Amino acid sequence: MILLRKFYYGDYGESKNGAADISSDNSSSGVVTEWPLWEVFIRSKQGLDHKHAGSLHAADAAMAIENARDVYTRRMEGVSIWVVESKHIHASNPDDADALYDPANDKAYRHPTFYNLPDAVKHM
Amino acid sequence: MEKNLETVFQDKVDQEIKIEPKDWMPEKYRQTLIRQISQHAHSEIVGMLPEGNWITRAPSLRRKAILIAKVQDEAGHGLYLYSAAETLGISRDEMYDQLHTGKAKYSSIFNYPTLTWADIGAIGWLVDGAAILNQIPLCRTSFGPYARAMVRVCKEESFHQRQGFELLLTLSKGTEAQKQMCQDAIDRWWWPSLMMFGPNDDASPHTAQSMKWKIKRFSNDELRQKFIDMIAEQVKVLNMRLPDANLKWNEERKHYDFGKINWEEFWQVVGGNGPCNKQRLDARKKAWADGAWVREAATAYAKKKASLNPSKGGTSETV
Repeated sequence: MILLRKFYYGDYGESKNGAADISSDNSSSGVVTEWPLWEVFIRSKQGLDHKHAGSLHAADAAMAIENARDVYTRRMEGVSIWVVESKHIHASNPDDADALYDPANDKAYRHPTFYNLPDAVKHM
Repeated sequence: MEKNLETVFQDKVDQEIKIEPKDWMPEKYRQTLIRQISQHAHSEIVGMLPEGNWITRAPSLRRKAILIAKVQDEAGHGLYLYSAAETLGISRDEMYDQLHTGKAKYSSIFNYPTLTWADIGAIGWLVDGAAILNQIPLCRTSFGPYARAMVRVCKEESFHQRQGFELLLTLSKGTEAQKQMCQDAIDRWWWPSLMMFGPNDDASPHTAQSMKWKIKRFSNDELRQKFIDMIAEQVKVLNMRLPDANLKWNEERKHYDFGKINWEEFWQVVGGNGPCNKQRLDARKKAWADGAWVREAATAYAKKKASLNPSKGGTSETV
């Protein structure tokens, strides 16, 4: 049975076994020789947000950007690339989704359509 | 409790809510996906070999540029898929290891040789055509990372099929020798393409469960029939024929009837006895072994750079 020492994008590292680490220097056995995993974010057009495109392995940031260029922008999908090592990404726990996001459900008054105004009111 | 989680999971799947890597999922679902996605990734990677064979001998610069772009896409598709599989908790090296030791399979079609230039056309038209039919429903598969990878794959795949058909169309209007070469390639690739959809439904034990989990949307036989109906019409445009004496339109079924598939051959090739199984695997293993020094050197370089500039983790630019 191989013990997976690897955590993934979407992991919430510290609360469990410490931050995700997939780089070779922390492997006690020396078995893990994989290049670290990186998450790739692409800006498709000037003025838009960078959006998560996928992930890849690379030895360092420069190589991650070069590889991201080849893997994710072969058809003019982007004008800018961000890469971040997957171990640095922390995410909310899906088990907490109810507690985190449900309370917003009954607050319709946060939306403009909640308010009934006379038709006479213009430009509002 | 376990039962409860399983019900929640199945409810989500039934409501078409995507499953994400950190969501609870049945262990069998995870294993099935790892098997399927990694096989798919291996197929893309091994699939580069039969076509790579013709890059240096493409008949024109235009054809060469197209073929290079197509093979590069396949490398990309393999990488998208490996990444999707990794979110399920298997490492890239483990997957490579499974491929190299023969524990994991890849699509049997790539164990057939590419004997002539027309084979490149037949692969695009038939092999990629069959792959696309399999892949389009996978864009809606229940596992989020797999579905997202497949959307990207499908976007890129349609040029693969069209260039193949165009290649054959050119040959079909050429000299007598070119026409013969075109027909010969179709003759050799037709039956293996039909086998790509997998065994008949009654011999495909995983289908029912995969359908319930919405990993699969259509059965092997449904997709195969769809493919045959499509190709039987397209082949007329080429003025060629499909090598099946029993291929006939069935007015009642509104489908083409077709002859018996040689499943004995299929299982032989799956079992490692196809014309090129050994050659393909040897090529992959050699590429992996020959690249070892590059992987080691890059790691050493990254480590050295990071130690010189620890605050930036070796990165040259900040955002």
